[in-house]
Amino acid sequence: MVAANTAKTLSVTLRVWRQASPAAPGRFVDYPAANVSTNMSFLELIDVINDRLTVQGEEPIAFAHDCREGICGTCSCTINGKAHGPGHGIATCQTYLRSFKDGDIIVVEPFRARAFPLVKDLVVDRAAFDQIIQAGGFVSVRTGAAPDANAIPVPKAAADLAMDAAACIGCGACVAACKNASAMLFVAAKVSQLGLLPQGQPERDQRVLAMVAKMDALGFGSCTNQYECSAACPKAISHDFIARLNRDYLQASVRAAFQPVSASTGGGAG
Amino acid sequence: MAVTGVVLIGFIVGHLVGNLQIFQEPDHINGYGAFLHGLGPLLWVARIGVLVAVGVHLWAATSLTLDNQRARGADYGCKHTIQATAASRTMRATGYIVLAFLVYHLAHFTLGAAQSATFKENLPRYTMQGDYRIAGFLVIKAGTAEVPDVYNMVIRGFQHPVVSACYIFAVGLLSFHLLHGIDSLFQTLGCRSARWSAALRKVALIFCVGYFLANLAIPGAVLLGKLQVRPPMCVAVPR
Repeated sequence: MVAANTAKTLSVTLRVWRQASPAAPGRFVDYPAANVSTNMSFLELIDVINDRLTVQGEEPIAFAHDCREGICGTCSCTINGKAHGPGHGIATCQTYLRSFKDGDIIVVEPFRARAFPLVKDLVVDRAAFDQIIQAGGFVSVRTGAAPDANAIPVPKAAADLAMDAAACIGCGACVAACKNASAMLFVAAKVSQLGLLPQGQPERDQRVLAMVAKMDALGFGSCTNQYECSAACPKAISHDFIARLNRDYLQASVRAAFQPVSASTGGGAG
Repeated sequence: MAVTGVVLIGFIVGHLVGNLQIFQEPDHINGYGAFLHGLGPLLWVARIGVLVAVGVHLWAATSLTLDNQRARGADYGCKHTIQATAASRTMRATGYIVLAFLVYHLAHFTLGAAQSATFKENLPRYTMQGDYRIAGFLVIKAGTAEVPDVYNMVIRGFQHPVVSACYIFAVGLLSFHLLHGIDSLFQTLGCRSARWSAALRKVALIFCVGYFLANLAIPGAVLLGKLQVRPPMCVAVPR
């Protein structure tokens, strides 16, 4: 069945942040778009404007995108002050022009955070998230034949909750939406998805301590519990995971302070 | 922030309970004041403890705010708030005003630097008409003379409508500050989950409204004439 509003169009103006390079001064530039389909996605609108700019010999708007179906976490715009635009639980690529009104001026900016340095226009470098993952967002396993699928029992409730956390696509909307540019929701999701499962237990304490330390070192802000992050998250990951992260971190800190350390007098475990 | 917040919430609740004794005979609040002053070094331990908690709370708030502003870097041209509560967004402003009020409050009722004419040290001394007991233990005996007249100091202090209005305004802002503070401290300490977060918000709201109303009662009763200045040496007649 074809949607009733197939033929509908609207005219909007994109007010886009243009910045040629990290060192260059940036400014907003208005790009009117007349009679575009309401079923066009927001990124397609930028494509249309870029086509026009290319034909006119101007530099097209640089923006990050990849899968365009809300699963890769590459798209990243802040639209009218809201990370990933007006919708709830969707990414920029899933935002359609029917979310806007005819005549709207739509302000498009890059995600703003010191830990996400601007590359060009709407593109920021989110490698800081990779560095946090490198600090402990993994499970060390011995390689070899694949283990039997049901060899390790996982309680259903823990599996479900771990999957909620694992829905994080690492887009950085939580950082962009937080007034403190805090990465707590991202770290909470990544710590929880492993910490809830049996496979994540051996490295649980060192994981949470290392990932939080890395987050702080990279210059992300701290959480003031306003929960803008979970409201902006395209996967609607709950800020309950942040409480869980705080609990995990406190427990790990206490255990780390009192845990006896092997002097390796017997040569260690090898 | 959360740990010092818990200490300070404990203090203000104890402070309020002590102050509500003004609705009893003057023996109660005057005996209470004399008891606190009689603690000597212990009183100073408590005072310094609270001041340290205030100091650490301020230091943590300041350093976190500066770090957080640095973490944002270049700001957005267009800002939008999705769900952050008004209380959470005004924490710094309410904190500053409550701090200014705290300085004034200490100058008013503890140091006597403000409105010194009605300060307890400048009022005639009070003689205890009956025993003052805490949890059944006798702390100040009947007939003890030379007790500072806290009862009349508070009532005369609040008879000034502008002074009372400042107190009511500041305590209102403190209650608003606590609305986010209480909810937030459970999250920071990791004692919050989806199962009881809605109940926690209600508990925080009830606590804050209750705290405000109980504080409002004292200047309110004085302004409405329910609490009147009493001659310091009169024999208390039970109503």
